[in-house]
Amino acid sequence: MKSNFASVLVAGLLAAGVAMQAEAHRVWILPSSTVLSGDDPYVTFDAAVSNTIFFPDHVAMGVDAVTATAPNGKTVALENASRGKYRSTFDVQLKEEGTYKIGLASSGLRAFWKDAEGKRKMWPGRGQQANDAEFETAVPKDAKDLRVTQSSRRVETFVTAGAPTNDVLKPEGVGLELVPVTHPNDLYAGEEASFEMLIDGEPAKGVEIVLIPGGSRYRDSQNEIKVKADAEGRFNVTWPSAGQYFMEAEYEDDKARAPATVRSGSYSATFEVLPL
Amino acid sequence: MERKLFKSLPGMAAMGALFLTMGAQAENLQVSIEIPRLSVAEYHKPYVAVWLEDESRSATQIAVWYDVEMRNNEGEKWLKDLRQWWRRGGRSLDVPVDGITSATYGPGEHTFEVSINGSDLADLAPGKYRLRVEAAREVGGRELVEIPLTWPLEKSSLPLSVKGSEELGQVRIALQP
Repeated sequence: MKSNFASVLVAGLLAAGVAMQAEAHRVWILPSSTVLSGDDPYVTFDAAVSNTIFFPDHVAMGVDAVTATAPNGKTVALENASRGKYRSTFDVQLKEEGTYKIGLASSGLRAFWKDAEGKRKMWPGRGQQANDAEFETAVPKDAKDLRVTQSSRRVETFVTAGAPTNDVLKPEGVGLELVPVTHPNDLYAGEEASFEMLIDGEPAKGVEIVLIPGGSRYRDSQNEIKVKADAEGRFNVTWPSAGQYFMEAEYEDDKARAPATVRSGSYSATFEVLPL
Repeated sequence: MERKLFKSLPGMAAMGALFLTMGAQAENLQVSIEIPRLSVAEYHKPYVAVWLEDESRSATQIAVWYDVEMRNNEGEKWLKDLRQWWRRGGRSLDVPVDGITSATYGPGEHTFEVSINGSDLADLAPGKYRLRVEAAREVGGRELVEIPLTWPLEKSSLPLSVKGSEELGQVRIALQP
């Protein structure tokens, strides 16, 4: 390094980079294709946590908890699952005609507090799955700044062999969910698609949704589409162009079950929009 | 997947489309499709679909040319590349279908006739339709052209035609006694 100024600048950029990462991490499962024909076709998937949409630049997503649900509701095995440095991959064979859902869902309590020395604590630990039964013993109830949330997360995508079906699109009534009114494998550039968002089976009123087209690495702006769901949790989007899209929604209210005081849900999905 | 119900020889399927003339009325819809000769390093004959679409986008299938000869029905893997057709009924079709599906054709003008009374065309309600022709070629392009028409066809308005620019040449429809 030639000067102190340069090193200060680099450190500053690194710090900014880290901060940006913490804000912008996206979790996604990207199918190689979403509309398939022929006998028993295969789809291969990439799964990663990254900053840039569909560009694996941070860390591979663990796929142990990923479930593929067939049109008949049965679980289908992920084949050839492999974890790379930046992304995991796996294959799913579509032996049955209709729509498959591939994704993961988790929900449970989360707690944040400060210990006697003022250090920030959280339960469950980063990357750990919540086990509500352990809440009583793991979280000190008299801790400073204790905040308990009932939180849920969903990451999913859809693929269809032959004609689309609706069975896997039915909501489970847990966490923040997307209920497609327009089928998620029947999306076309220039057309309007309608969706509904639910929180624990009820309309997620006013939830804000962000849609980002893939390929942001090759342009200056995110080109994000921001929409707000109405009182029934409904929203529409007109796809500006064909391509792969990342969708993200965050919801929070105070209608939590005790001991939680905050209810929060996050939802993300990947869609493919075809040219007309 | 059960898609082999109508397993038939590819040639038979084409002949079905050509000579389905057993209806009471001998009038046939004649469709001519020109496949252009292209100067490309790797050429595969295009997949082609022909259908009639009413104003509510409901489709009546007329013809689908795809690679019916590949083993294990592997040619069906690329049917979805006829992406507009796939959406307009292709994805619900149990291929091969006698009288509709046939093998692909290379460059040149290809003409076939469909008996109006001896096919699904017999059930068409009078009204406005579009005859849509879509072509998709492996390692090549894709094109969709359409001819707006009123059904039943008015003899004085025929022939109707449209010209494609990349994957399709002249597309022409007429009535044959």
